[in-house]
Parts: sequence; structure tokens; C-alpha cells
Amino acid sequence: MITLEKVRQRAESDAKTNGCYLNPDQDFLKDLFEGLKRNEERYGYPSCPCRLATGRFELDRDIICPCDYRDPDVAEYGCCYCALYVRKDVFEGKTPIQPIPERRPAEKQERAYALAVESPLKKTSETAEVAKESPKIKMKMWYCKQCGYVCFREEPPYICPICKAKREMFAELTMSTVS
Amino acid sequence: MMREKMESVKVPGKNTRHKVLLYALSTCAWCKLTKQFLRDNNIEYEFVDVDLCSEKDRERVRRDILNRGGDLSYPTIIIDDKTLITGFRKDKIREALKV
Repeated sequence: MITLEKVRQRAESDAKTNGCYLNPDQDFLKDLFEGLKRNEERYGYPSCPCRLATGRFELDRDIICPCDYRDPDVAEYGCCYCALYVRKDVFEGKTPIQPIPERRPAEKQERAYALAVESPLKKTSETAEVAKESPKIKMKMWYCKQCGYVCFREEPPYICPICKAKREMFAELTMSTVS
Repeated sequence: MMREKMESVKVPGKNTRHKVLLYALSTCAWCKLTKQFLRDNNIEYEFVDVDLCSEKDRERVRRDILNRGGDLSYPTIIIDDKTLITGFRKDKIREALKV
């Protein structure tokens, strides 16, 4: 069972590792932690409290907190989409917090709806099976040219989680069999 | 109208000059602030928590927002069936509701 304290600790340690800060408004922060906790109980993973999730890991992985959009949003707007994570000047109260535009592509958001119509939500615990069920997603292997980090997903991350290289440093990894 | 069939919650308020419809997420802190703002200003409004509603209603919400030229972002506030505001933009909401 996930506790509110665990959610808080996770966010605190992630902020520390990644050079950002948590929203200084304690009431607002607590609401976000509660939202994350509820989503983790509902879906099995802490998807963004301010975005509509599908309940399928493969489709929601880009909005699992900290989401794929956090680092570019914190850098550009001073906070992430839900404003859980903020930039230093925002944390210090020098810059006000405002709602920011959604960076997540519209077609990804649409999945939470189209899915409901096309096929009713089926709970599966097998990730591989879920991926198979959604032929629209094209998964690829990506590697970071700077540190060698490899991931398997639709698009390369905005920022390498290991060495912080930008998206441009990622290239598609293709397998070839040499005879 | 399709929206009539949607399950929504009505929050009573003294100010009934405008028809206010709020599409929200139950887990979202910005949506919570929006609800609080409407309550604090005594504005009557109706809301749908899109993450909790039926799949059919979810699709209705999607179509309603997109037909009005909005984004699938929450909170989305629709005032008098014509003004759509994406996000908790206090100044825009104040202006539309004249509070």
C-alpha cells in the first residue's frame, strides 16, 4: 500500500537528483501527492494527477510522474504541467506559478478517449500483452550517443535520464543480423 | 443536446447569472482550485470529473471540448455555452463571470 509519505519522499528525492524543487505551496503540494497516490492505487503507477490516464501502462508511460515533459517544462516555463516540480527562482518566490500549456501531443491525449469507445478497458497485468493489443504504438529502441543509455519506447526521451543529454543526442538502434 | 445526458454534479450558488460547466479531474490540484474559486465567489456551477465518469460520458466530454475548439486539458470551463477557458486562468474566469 502506497502512503502519502512515500509519495512525498519519492518526489523530494527526485527533485534533489534532477536539480529542481517542489512547489512551495504546501496545500497545493499535498493535493498533488494525494492525486498521485490515488492514481497509483487505481492504475498501479503514479500517473500525472492533472492528466487523463488510460489505465494502460503502455499508453500512459509518458505521463508517469515525473513525466517525460517535466524537464523541458521546468526549464522553459518554471514548472511542470501540474506544477509539482518547479525551478529554483519559482521555488524562491521570484517568479509566480501559472498554468502552462500542454506539451504532450494531442494524439497521445486522445488515446484516453478513443480507447474507451473502440474497446472497453481490459485490465491486464502483462505489459507485453498490452503492447500487443495496441497496434498503433510503434516501439523502437533508442540509444544515447553520449552515455550509451538504451530505452525501448515510441520516441526518445527529451532528456537522457542518465547523463542529461538532450533529445538530439538519441539515435534509433536497429538490429541487424550479420551472416 | 448530447450533453444533457451526461452525469454531472450541480453545485448551488447565489450567483446564477451565468451557466457554468466545468470539466475536471478528481485528482487534479488546479481543478480543485477552480472549484474552490467558484464556490468562494458563490457561483452556481455544474461539473463532471472526467476521470470518474463512464466511458460514454468521457467520449461526450471529448467531443464537446473539441467541437468548441478547446484542448483536452483540465480544468476546462465553459461559460454560457460559448466561452471556453482552458486551465485555471483566474483573470479570464473573472472577466467572463464579471466577479
